[in-house]
Amino acid sequence: MMLIPCPWCGPRNEIEFHYGGQADVHYPSDPRSTSDEDWAHFLFFRDNPKGVFTERWSHAAGCRRWFTVHRDTVTNEIHPDDSASAARTVTR
Amino acid sequence: MAPRTPGADLPEHPDWLWHSPDPKPSYDVVIVGGGGHGLATAYYLAVNHGITNVAVLERGWLAGGNMARNTTIIRSNYLWDESAGLYEHALKLWEGLEDELDYPLLFSQRGVLNLAHSLQEVRDGVRRVNANRLNGIDAEWLDPHQVAEICPILNTSPDLRYPVLGATWQPRAGIAKHDHVAWAFARALDRMGVDLIQGCEVTGFERVGDRVVGVNTSRGPIRAGKVALAAAGHTSVLADTLGLRLPIQSHPLQALVSELLEPVHPTVVMSNSVHVYVSQAHKGELVLGAGIDAHNSYSQRGAFHTIEREMTAAVELFPMFARAHVLRTWGGVVDVTPDASAIMGLTPFEGLYVNCGWGTGGFKSTPGVGWCYAHTIACDEPHPLNAPFSLERFTTGALVDEHGAAGVAH
Repeated sequence: MMLIPCPWCGPRNEIEFHYGGQADVHYPSDPRSTSDEDWAHFLFFRDNPKGVFTERWSHAAGCRRWFTVHRDTVTNEIHPDDSASAARTVTR
Repeated sequence: MAPRTPGADLPEHPDWLWHSPDPKPSYDVVIVGGGGHGLATAYYLAVNHGITNVAVLERGWLAGGNMARNTTIIRSNYLWDESAGLYEHALKLWEGLEDELDYPLLFSQRGVLNLAHSLQEVRDGVRRVNANRLNGIDAEWLDPHQVAEICPILNTSPDLRYPVLGATWQPRAGIAKHDHVAWAFARALDRMGVDLIQGCEVTGFERVGDRVVGVNTSRGPIRAGKVALAAAGHTSVLADTLGLRLPIQSHPLQALVSELLEPVHPTVVMSNSVHVYVSQAHKGELVLGAGIDAHNSYSQRGAFHTIEREMTAAVELFPMFARAHVLRTWGGVVDVTPDASAIMGLTPFEGLYVNCGWGTGGFKSTPGVGWCYAHTIACDEPHPLNAPFSLERFTTGALVDEHGAAGVAH
């Protein structure tokens, strides 16, 4: 069981959350000129590190807001995202 | 009278099924991963293609990853022609594997029921049965009464929250003893002179331009004519060292067993919508599997609530299981693809081959993977059966969507 730090509700049990996968996956800026390969990477390819992963969670059974954390995929050690771009934690 | 040495009267240790040689400086083929797929691939490289100057490198102990952690279900009732070809080829190989390897695999074709709990699942199930039959795979659609005849301990009453509305039935499906499968392949490989090297972690690759010419390991560099990945949940870690991105995500997958019980469960039952699959091993323990935990992880551990959910479903479907006890739970790392089908074939690097993305369903395909992957490596082109499972399909869009047949896990 993981305690996940919701930026608004504090650390809560994992069962209250919905997983959103890798953070900062952006829709292609120019879809009309995006190659098949780049579409494939946008749709299907995600980082899969053994170590720290920057990922999205939604506090589905709480405040229902999305946020970003850094979690170690081996130890499950988890840190809130307090980087300069933390504004993205509002929603997607 | 002089005291006797403790243990002096014990017999000698029986012959080892395989040995653990030190790595040689070079091999024709190096297989990364000593699980079922790696061992089966080495076996068919030797038997079908005459290539025996091969090393299988295993970072832990032989077949100690997902090969030791799966729920041993074998079936071939997948929807699409591409999957039917590959899984049915594997099932046909299973049917002759005990004789081929001359080792008891406890392969028991006790059939599999895939339950439907909603009208949509009924439609999907009937469609899959028809698709299976068109592909020459044994399949029947059963109504709840027929389901109850095959598996009397299953609760088929209409009072259930998610009642059993019917099931697909594949009689030739079943289970095998996973450890025995690995041991049988390992013994055969050892006899053919293939090096099975344990405690040897691959940390990177030697390259000349876009050609892979060897691996770096925790026991030194090893040159290789060809390098074949069979590392399941850790494939991304290896591919990352080459800058090769793969469309896989590593997740925990959990399973559990009960204490040993009298034989009560005659077949294999799987349910996608209530999230459980159950069989009873020869020894007597109930073997239950869950779905993956949602988050990425290499920890070989999952969350308790996943197990709890699975138990809830199991007890609802099999009321008599309420008195059984969970003896042991464990987790593995499974590599899941976006279309629930595997990736097998060539890579952008010459001399490097990939077999991954089997997710929750790799065990059943073990001999089929070995057969086709060995062909891919030896001939430097995919076998017709694994050609549709190329890495390129994610760019061309020719996905093999098996989420229905793969279900909660497979």
